[in-house]
Amino acid sequence: MYLPFFATERMRLTSTDLPPEAPLALTTRIGAQRLVAAVDAKAFAHGLKPGMAATQAQLLLPGLILRDHAPRADAHGLAKLAAWCLARYSPVVAPAPPDGLLLDVTGCTHLFAARTEGQSRNPDEGEENLLADLASCLARRGLTARLALAGSVGAAHALARFAAPDCSRIAETESLKRALAPLPVEALRLPPETPQALRRLGFERIGDLIGAKRAPITRRFGHDVFLRLDQALGLSREPLVPLIPPELVSAKLSFVEPVITAEGLAQAVERLCSDLAAALEARQHGARRLDFHVTRLDRSTSIVSVRMAKPNRAPEHMARLICEKLAGLDCGLGVEKVLLAAPLTRPLLPEQIASELYGRPQEPDLSTLVDRLANRLGAGRIYRTAPVESDWPERSVRRVAALAPKPRTETPRPENWLRDWPRPARLLPDPMPVEVIALLPDYPPALFIWQGRRHRICRADGPERIFGEWWRAPGEIALARDYFQVEDEAGQRFWLFREEVGGRPQRWYLHGFFA
Amino acid sequence: MIPISMVGAQHDKESGAGWRATVLKELRREVGALEAGARPDAPALAFEAEAIDSHLPEGGLRLGALHEIWGGRAVPIDRQEPERTKKTGTTRTSGMSGFENPGGNGGAEDIAAATLFLAGLLARLSGPVLWCLKARDLFTPSLAAAGLDPDRVIYAETWHERDVLAAMEEGLQHPGLAAVVGEVARLGLTASRRLQLAAESEGVTAFTLLRPHRQTGAEPTAAATRWRIRSAPSLPPMPSSSAANPVAGIGRGRWRVDLMRCRGADPASFITEACDGTGRLGVSALLRDGADAPHLDRSAA
Repeated sequence: MYLPFFATERMRLTSTDLPPEAPLALTTRIGAQRLVAAVDAKAFAHGLKPGMAATQAQLLLPGLILRDHAPRADAHGLAKLAAWCLARYSPVVAPAPPDGLLLDVTGCTHLFAARTEGQSRNPDEGEENLLADLASCLARRGLTARLALAGSVGAAHALARFAAPDCSRIAETESLKRALAPLPVEALRLPPETPQALRRLGFERIGDLIGAKRAPITRRFGHDVFLRLDQALGLSREPLVPLIPPELVSAKLSFVEPVITAEGLAQAVERLCSDLAAALEARQHGARRLDFHVTRLDRSTSIVSVRMAKPNRAPEHMARLICEKLAGLDCGLGVEKVLLAAPLTRPLLPEQIASELYGRPQEPDLSTLVDRLANRLGAGRIYRTAPVESDWPERSVRRVAALAPKPRTETPRPENWLRDWPRPARLLPDPMPVEVIALLPDYPPALFIWQGRRHRICRADGPERIFGEWWRAPGEIALARDYFQVEDEAGQRFWLFREEVGGRPQRWYLHGFFA
Repeated sequence: MIPISMVGAQHDKESGAGWRATVLKELRREVGALEAGARPDAPALAFEAEAIDSHLPEGGLRLGALHEIWGGRAVPIDRQEPERTKKTGTTRTSGMSGFENPGGNGGAEDIAAATLFLAGLLARLSGPVLWCLKARDLFTPSLAAAGLDPDRVIYAETWHERDVLAAMEEGLQHPGLAAVVGEVARLGLTASRRLQLAAESEGVTAFTLLRPHRQTGAEPTAAATRWRIRSAPSLPPMPSSSAANPVAGIGRGRWRVDLMRCRGADPASFITEACDGTGRLGVSALLRDGADAPHLDRSAA
């Protein structure tokens, strides 16, 4: 995440007396000279750049407002933004001062994928949604941001800052070379004088460096150039140092001897959980998410995240959720340090126990069960269903969160679900075409053949006509279905329909089973 | 247990089959309670269908236990394997434990009636229900038609078949639930024992809907009961005066409910009407076949 105008926009957000239409620049004093340190978007459009003399800037753009630059406040603001990202997007957020944030969203993007039933989730969709969500949240706060998502830290840094505005900002690890090649060498996070010297030698773009002989360049510029290049291409590792904001509720433990067994880790988790529970209780908060950071001997860090459906601070519950997830963790040479943090907490106050005196029986608390199952099966696989106003059977049900509040309606709930016509117990995900013999065009079928079996129909109800919902899918405007409930000789009941396109009957399908 | 002397005294006063039936029923109840272990007086959920309830030792489905429900392909009544129904009265352990499930392979078409049968049972329990499944063919609005409020059901969708049993066990440890349902392809002896123990310890009732991948026989399990629900042809239609519609309309469906195995009761078959809107099986047309139960024939329609 690159925030090109962070300093000025932060200044605008914190001070109230700045006219929004006037351009703004922040100045800093070096000796006797006043230099521009940061500019906002309007000033930038007029050609103002950091490093200019303040007087020159005022000359170029009359009406420019000058303020003192406050780098420490900026760093603090960036850390606050990072803490917000930590709660919302990813357990690993590292500020990249002065104007960037790095988020490791590995394994977090699926949470942003659209939740539609019956569709397989496209992982890329999650990434795009995450970027869109981040961009809109930042824009609402008045921050201009340029976002890029890539397989390595260096590449994300380069793409966010130097990629052309119209090209895709998402790069897979395989296509990093292609994405980075057209970018200038400045994108490589090198000391400021190195890119200039490289340009003088004819290396203008990263693509020029990729194929170049390494030895002469290394000899002249040191190892940095190719280290940064390899990091950007994802060839050498570059761990992010995750930010732990001081106000974050957390507990940590360092081991004298490295821990390599699962039992040892489990014990550590139990201790951390009871510490964390005490800290949460002091604040009257419960955790919605827990991040368990495991630092190995070689300084590499793994993070195990668990989510909870309701704020919770019961240490046994938290420890159990984390321990279940530790099974796949690679301890490497041994674990040196562990840290348990609760980046997302919500107030959790003592609750009134509903008594039968009030006439309302207490609803059993299922949150621990839901947490455990979600931890094991994945979020989104524990759900309830809710009715949708739609005649189209495939669309008449949607999934809602398992503990979502039940809608309060006037009618008792089962009636809310019932329709005039019965619905089958089992619905085929895709209707299956069947061969049908009907006596007259509008009569229910007399016989149908499905999976090579003949079913002679003894009784039938129907048709129930359902029209295509053109406001949901444009192709459905001419579509209609005539549903029949039929019973065969053996008593088995099926749900058949005849599809109509533009008023002309087409095919027969089997869509479900009543009994 | 009825003391022997008392039995003798009763023998003097009463006579014939009525007395025998009473003593046998009492003995069966006692033995069943011994077998069940810790809970001799476990609460039971009555079917509220006299013929079924009076056949079961606890007067209904034992709560806090594991029950197996099988589906199966509908078979016309006159062709339903007669040797099975004649078996009522043979020893109860050998009964139908190793039955072949004719035609049923656990597809959506075979399990639909069993689903509604189960929904009707759950409708008369109170509290949330955990439904563990892998297939995505359950159509939840239909549960409302059997009286089960779909809002009471929390679904756990698993990636693999084997996770269904694990999710069920997790759910059975939660006393806030009324019941846990699992749709499984097979239920082995070990898995069923684990589920049964978990169900007993917290008093949560477990149901497995069996959806075998192939036509297989049932394995011996630790389940308290084993049922098989198949659809049966409706009663002959009322003579209709309207000539406009040549096909008779659909009324309330009928099921063939087979009690395949039950501790303390013989296997039996019933013909019932499908669940009504409150989850009760129809009793008006309740039939039981098997020649050794003449007193039940009175309830036949």
